[in-house]
Amino acid sequence: MAALVFAALILVIFNFARDPTVLRAQELAPSALWITITFASVTALNRAFAVELDHGALDGLLLAPVGREAIYLGKLLGNLVFVGFVQAITIPLFVLFFNLDLHGALPGILLLAFLATLGFTAVGTVFSALTARVQFNELMLPVLLLPFMVPPLIGAAQVSSKLLAGRPLAESAGWLQILATYDIVFLTLSVLVFPAVLDE
Amino acid sequence: MTLALLALAAHYVRAIQYTPVEATQGMAQKIFYVHVPAAWSAFLAYGIVGLCSALFLWLHDRRLDLFAEASAEVGTVLTFIVLTTGPLWGKPIWGTWWQWEVRLTSTLFLFFLFVGYLTLRRSVYDPLERARYSAVVGILGAMLVPFIHLSVWMFRTIHPKPIILKPDGPSLPGSMLSTLLEGFAIFTVLYLGMVMVRYGIGRLQEEKEARHAAAS
Repeated sequence: MAALVFAALILVIFNFARDPTVLRAQELAPSALWITITFASVTALNRAFAVELDHGALDGLLLAPVGREAIYLGKLLGNLVFVGFVQAITIPLFVLFFNLDLHGALPGILLLAFLATLGFTAVGTVFSALTARVQFNELMLPVLLLPFMVPPLIGAAQVSSKLLAGRPLAESAGWLQILATYDIVFLTLSVLVFPAVLDE
Repeated sequence: MTLALLALAAHYVRAIQYTPVEATQGMAQKIFYVHVPAAWSAFLAYGIVGLCSALFLWLHDRRLDLFAEASAEVGTVLTFIVLTTGPLWGKPIWGTWWQWEVRLTSTLFLFFLFVGYLTLRRSVYDPLERARYSAVVGILGAMLVPFIHLSVWMFRTIHPKPIILKPDGPSLPGSMLSTLLEGFAIFTVLYLGMVMVRYGIGRLQEEKEARHAAAS
């Protein structure tokens, strides 16, 4: 819930941090959307493993007769649903606040949001399991995770500004391939390295 | 290590005194003999961090972890050298300190990754836990570098093009090329020397911690 309010507030701040006589809202729109999603996701991921740690639930999970990979995939799925939920609220608000006409760009934006989110949430799930147990964790996760958000963010911002300008999705096939490769590489690596985070 | 430092001093003299002055860039071009080799060893350093991290998760040898730490610290210094010498050259030649260009941006992120890696190490006290966590970050970080490179490249680029590793052979006059290659060799030895010293310190610290643990 807090993450949602946070996302809405960032969008509002963005609108006021712009000089309306110089920059049209639509020109700032892709940056505003992706920066909002980035920060809201980091905030959401920061709390991802807090519940498990608070009540020793993680030990219970570790005792369960399932592989560490299964725990990882479960957490990843949970985080994806959560980050997706934040986006499901952010995107309509964004259209509303920035007065956008999506003219058929919506399916492309949704596909893009999914591709961009999957990769960094995969890494973010590993990092949040790790930073939940170190000092200064609120700061540690963004410091580690933000560099990993750069490739998806560049791709997403580039493609969505094209989509919002009414260009077809097929024009951005190169970016979509990079995003998909990023997802596959980091999802695989994350599944492989996650057990090392939980080993006692 | 001493040898590497002496060689570095000799390299400076040679770069400044015994290479031709570049026609359009003048003396500013001399920084290239430090900048490019430092960048090379910085990327080497991150490669070694990634490799040692992966090997650590496989073999569980504590020495690999210490080696990765040493390499990350030296790499931070090297990326810092690259990031300071670059703008010094960029201002007179490009007319700007900074450009959002692919190699600059990749090096900047390399620096952030090193700093993030080292910050994480400082905030975990249990040595085994620290080793596992930082290995995870080291591996993922090493895989990230090519992606950053690719995505910023698609964003845009104005950096001077590669001049040695390209299909039709190096395009540098002989004495410039040999000075540059000498720079690569010296920075590699310097990197190894600094890592070995840092690794030695890491081993001593570990022994000290073990003695403390045994005494208490």
